Amino acid sequence: MELITLFIAAILVNNFVLYYFLGICPFLGVSKKIDSAFSMGMAVTFVMTITAVVSWMINHWILIPYNLDYLQIVSFILVIAALVQLVEMFIRKISPPLYQALGIYLPLITTNCAIMGLALLAALKDYGFAKTVVFGVGSGLGFTLAIVLMAGIREQLDLADVPEPLKGAGIALIVAGIMALAFTGFSGMIN
Amino acid sequence: MPSKSVGAEYIKGLWEENPVFRQLLGMCPTLAVTNAVINGIAMGLATSFVLILSSLVVSSLKKLIPSQVRIASYVVIIATFVTIADRFMAAFFPPISKALGPYLPLIVVNCIILGRQEAFSSKNSVGRSLVDALGMSTGFILALLVLSSIREILGMGTFLGHQVMGAWFKPWIIMILPAGAFITLGILLAVALVIESKTKKRKA
Repeated sequence: MELITLFIAAILVNNFVLYYFLGICPFLGVSKKIDSAFSMGMAVTFVMTITAVVSWMINHWILIPYNLDYLQIVSFILVIAALVQLVEMFIRKISPPLYQALGIYLPLITTNCAIMGLALLAALKDYGFAKTVVFGVGSGLGFTLAIVLMAGIREQLDLADVPEPLKGAGIALIVAGIMALAFTGFSGMIN
Repeated sequence: MPSKSVGAEYIKGLWEENPVFRQLLGMCPTLAVTNAVINGIAMGLATSFVLILSSLVVSSLKKLIPSQVRIASYVVIIATFVTIADRFMAAFFPPISKALGPYLPLIVVNCIILGRQEAFSSKNSVGRSLVDALGMSTGFILALLVLSSIREILGMGTFLGHQVMGAWFKPWIIMILPAGAFITLGILLAVALVIESKTKKRKA
């Protein structure tokens, strides 16, 4: 039960983009078309899940037993960079169509603060293994939901008459603000 | 670019190439920690510390780092300084460190820092990189200061914890919620664009 609550909370209530402000760069950069937004979201979910598993193992099997937790930042960032590279090579070998679909989004994910944020938040909240995995999948899906919704709105916005200075990032941020406001409505769901 | 004077190199970070308002870099910390002025300042100073020292190290090591592994090397250099900043805050300012939570270690993926190393420090002398880093840091702190002042004054009626609005003032709770951060920054970006186009017209 606790896991289900955590899962729903990660998607709707503590949404990575709209609550933690993580992954804003791809959220603004890759949200012009629904298709590409969805691919980006899937790529992030995929990498987040793997990162959650690997960072938990590193933290609990290596860093904590040897009192090395001050190396968390350095080791997490290196692991994420290596992981993204590995995942990219792996997908290219195993499934060329998937590789085509994710394409340029995979390498971009290394510098996505959502991935690093996930590893740090899971370590900070001291989640167990199952919780960490659920948190990773949920957060990734939450990111996907936010970016796809945003892309849907922005496709419509293209046709709207937006004041000149607000065009581009300005209106995108204001739309994100209104979305965040709507998402705060979910916070009553989970106490 | 090398023809630029040292002063101009510094000034460009304040407005012309302001990391937040003009380049849209480092958005995550900008939005996340600006619910109170003190958090904004702490974040700005910590980021500046990392940016300035990483720029110094990268620009002095630029001949030694092979270009194939440069990004990985920059990341390790940055992560080292972030760890120092993180430990320092946790030891001397525990309440602020708690308020900033995961965002302090997240400086490591702040695109302003990696961006400056790649775009500037890896190509310029130590002195110039230092000036550039100082300018970018000032620009970043200024942006955080503007955003956090607006949010704290409207959201809580206080500035740095001191009451500034009269008793008649009802705080706008939305300003300290995530939604307020997005909307305020969106409006500020538009204001920055209006000012920019006005000054350009005057020059032309």
